[in-house]
Amino acid sequence: MMGYENQSYEEAHLYASREEMENLVLDEPSPSSNGHSPSGHHPSSPPFTSSDDPLLPSSSSFLHSQNPNSSSSSSSAFNSFLEPPSYADVIFTSFDSSNGDANGHVNANSDPGSSASRPEYLKISVADPQKEMDMSGSIVPGGNTYYTYLITTRTNFPDFGGSEFSVRRRFKDVVTLSDRLSEAYRGFFIPPRPDKSVVESQVMQKQEFVEQRRAALEKYLRRLATHPVIKKSDELRVFLQVQGRLPLQRTTDVASRMLDGAVKLPRQLFGESAVGAVDISEVVQPAKGGRDLLRIFKELKQSVTNDWGGAKPPVVEEDKEFLEKKEKLLDFEQQISNVSQQAELLVKAQQDSGETMGELGLAFVKLTKFETEEAMFESQRVRAGDMKNVATAAVKASRFYRELNAQSVKHLDKLHEYLGMMLAVNSAFSDRASALLTVQTLLSELSSLHSRIEKLEVASSKIFGGDRSRLRKIDELKETIRSTEDAKCCAVREYERIKENNRNELERLDKEKHDDFLNMLKGFVVNQVHPPFLFNWPTFHFGMFQNYYHIQKVNDSFCMIS
Amino acid sequence: MLTTQQRSASGSSQSPRSPSAQPFLSVSVTDPVKLGNGVQAYISYRVITKTNLPEYQGPEKIVIRRYSDFVWLRDRLFEKYKGIFIPPLPEKSAVEKFRFSAEFIEMRRQALDIFVNRIASHHELQQSDDLRIFLQADEETMERARFQETGIFKKKPADLMQIFKDVQSKVSDVVLGKEKPVEESNPEYEKLKHYIFELEDHLAEAQKHSYRLVKRHRELGQSLSDFGKAVKLLGACEGNAIGKAFSELGAKSEMISVKLQNEAHHLLMNFEEPLKDYVRAVQSIKATIAERANAFRHQCELAETIKLKEINLDKLMLIRSDRVGEAEFEYKELKAESEEATRRFETIVRLMNEEIVRFQEQKTLDMGIAFHEFAKGQARLANSIADAWRSLLPKLEACSSS
Repeated sequence: MMGYENQSYEEAHLYASREEMENLVLDEPSPSSNGHSPSGHHPSSPPFTSSDDPLLPSSSSFLHSQNPNSSSSSSSAFNSFLEPPSYADVIFTSFDSSNGDANGHVNANSDPGSSASRPEYLKISVADPQKEMDMSGSIVPGGNTYYTYLITTRTNFPDFGGSEFSVRRRFKDVVTLSDRLSEAYRGFFIPPRPDKSVVESQVMQKQEFVEQRRAALEKYLRRLATHPVIKKSDELRVFLQVQGRLPLQRTTDVASRMLDGAVKLPRQLFGESAVGAVDISEVVQPAKGGRDLLRIFKELKQSVTNDWGGAKPPVVEEDKEFLEKKEKLLDFEQQISNVSQQAELLVKAQQDSGETMGELGLAFVKLTKFETEEAMFESQRVRAGDMKNVATAAVKASRFYRELNAQSVKHLDKLHEYLGMMLAVNSAFSDRASALLTVQTLLSELSSLHSRIEKLEVASSKIFGGDRSRLRKIDELKETIRSTEDAKCCAVREYERIKENNRNELERLDKEKHDDFLNMLKGFVVNQVHPPFLFNWPTFHFGMFQNYYHIQKVNDSFCMIS
Repeated sequence: MLTTQQRSASGSSQSPRSPSAQPFLSVSVTDPVKLGNGVQAYISYRVITKTNLPEYQGPEKIVIRRYSDFVWLRDRLFEKYKGIFIPPLPEKSAVEKFRFSAEFIEMRRQALDIFVNRIASHHELQQSDDLRIFLQADEETMERARFQETGIFKKKPADLMQIFKDVQSKVSDVVLGKEKPVEESNPEYEKLKHYIFELEDHLAEAQKHSYRLVKRHRELGQSLSDFGKAVKLLGACEGNAIGKAFSELGAKSEMISVKLQNEAHHLLMNFEEPLKDYVRAVQSIKATIAERANAFRHQCELAETIKLKEINLDKLMLIRSDRVGEAEFEYKELKAESEEATRRFETIVRLMNEEIVRFQEQKTLDMGIAFHEFAKGQARLANSIADAWRSLLPKLEACSSS
């Protein structure tokens, strides 16, 4: 959301060469082009992007982003052309290890240098977006174009059976991966995938959008790679390793699911009881996304009964600890959202501040040049000298603040990350809730089946010799009860499993949150105290008539500034 | 004559160091008070004069003045001392007046104080009667003088014509930047004019940015404060060590926010205002340039008229007309007028030459101080911010070890 983006982005540009810096001759009093005022202040570009600007190399487009998540991801792609000469001498303190990458976690997944030394690593990078045509007979002539990304993995996990490999995937594949993970890992805090953002893809420049998406995908995959359970998942492995088409089941859209469900429904309602029972394999999935419309109706009815019915549901959420933690997390979510928002505003204000400082410096540069050229008096030359000092200092300060801000953004980005994580938490909690609902529904069903049998038995016992049809019905019902019991057991197991997952994840979250935030705070504060390069406002002597006027008046030593 | 400081401490009177025997004239504009209601509200200032000059009612005299009184003084001086760069006044600002923010009032007071002191320390201007009236007369006399000045009924018809001509030439020549055919052919002067006009543009831009910088400081301060508050809430929600760390961060942010607001004010008063003053000074010079052009034109016109009169006179003398006497008389009158006009013009040129040197030197000094204040302020701010953050580090360390 700030900074300059080089068209040919490469990570190497984060560390500019010394030569590039040397070319920025700040001490030259007369820049090459004269009289070019920063023409109009474009809202989305910094004032000195014109190539005439004597003090800065020509920088190209200005990455302007609305989405907070992607803005933070683009800042990790932030290319600072204006690296100061002493960048090579930067001192990074030991606990600022998360500098430069999104995941600063315990297992150094993102640390490029440590490939060999660590016991287990899984390093992923996303690059090289390419446009491709969808040849599979689409209706629209000219086909459907989409972008694929080269996903390169380096790992020493035994499951992968290889150490380095690449695949090409498109965004749809990522959506599939994400959906499959949600299904397979209910109750886990699964990092949320990047948005589909259809609107933005229309609004933004294609180039920018693709780059933004690439960065977001990389961030997402790396986060998956740091999740202790998910990084071992088959789904992820298959996604990263299997060439060609992604062999994961495609997510079907809502319409076709509903269609399938509607087909089954009549048989469920009127057909044999076996079909009417809940499919065991489906019990472990939530009703909502599935094809079983009847089940959806039943669970809906159950949830309404839970909320509005007089009686208490058969089983309720009783885990006090869980409920407490949930409350706390709700509060946390609110606070972190607030802080995240303020942090964005803060960063913007810092950026504006730095920019204006730079503009001021430039205005004085021009003034200096003007005074020097048109000087008729010695006093003018002296003044021009003073002005040049201030101008140079202001421009340097501007760059300093910009760099400082870029680093701040990287640190504060953690806040955004946790905001995203809350989505994962909420979805894990709703996994739990829907599993519970399934259990409740099945229990209600069982009890209603039992009472139906009772009624039938009572009715049939009144008929002498037994009621054939009723007895048959009772047998059918008993059959149904058996399969429903099985389903119920399955559902209960699933529910307990999800509860367990929740518990573990909450523990993990607590610990990681503590570590992450501590690192973030340290990183942020250290950055302010030991910034990437040093800058001091210069000392200088003013005017030539120091003796003429009363220097002793109020101020201390004019000449030395601490 | 001793000089006085250009900037006073806020509200307090200033007194240059001076041996008691030397003649001195020191003025301070203080104590702004809002008077009147609604649309007619205005600010009155206390003007304190300390002097040992015989012409003044010494050693100290206090009068109450308002902005229009200062305008009167400036206009009178401008009339009488053509060629001298009259110190500039702060803008009229019809809008802000109604809001009368404390900051606006303080900025105006400071500018007025500087204005009067510059007059008092100018070797020619300080001798002006109008200055004396301004500093000494009681409020009623002042008001009368002010009303008189603005009334045009006092003027003679010839004066009125001259006024109209002046206005016309002023507008068409200088303000609209059109070149009139009758111009001095002085290359150095041309250079100076060109310099002044361009200088104004450059300075205005620098001033604009410096004002923006003040605003940015304030905005940054505000957002840092908001951030701090939000972080503190987060800390309260988290509890335990991290919560404490957040609370500390929040508190520090709020503290730094205050520093930023302070620096913003300092930047405004000690950097942006001097820059604005510089711009105004250049504009005042432009007015003097216009005066010089008028004087030159006047002189040329008279010279032209004389030539015609001469020819006419010779013609009359040749035909032995009885109007010769009359014509001779007129001719002599014109000659005197022409000499007067030439003298006036030459005075302006001489004064301007002196003034420009003085102006350049003064400005170098003024800007030197302003730059110094700017750098000092920024350095101070940066250091105190770094210190504040630094003090947070051990607390963070304590959190991680716990």
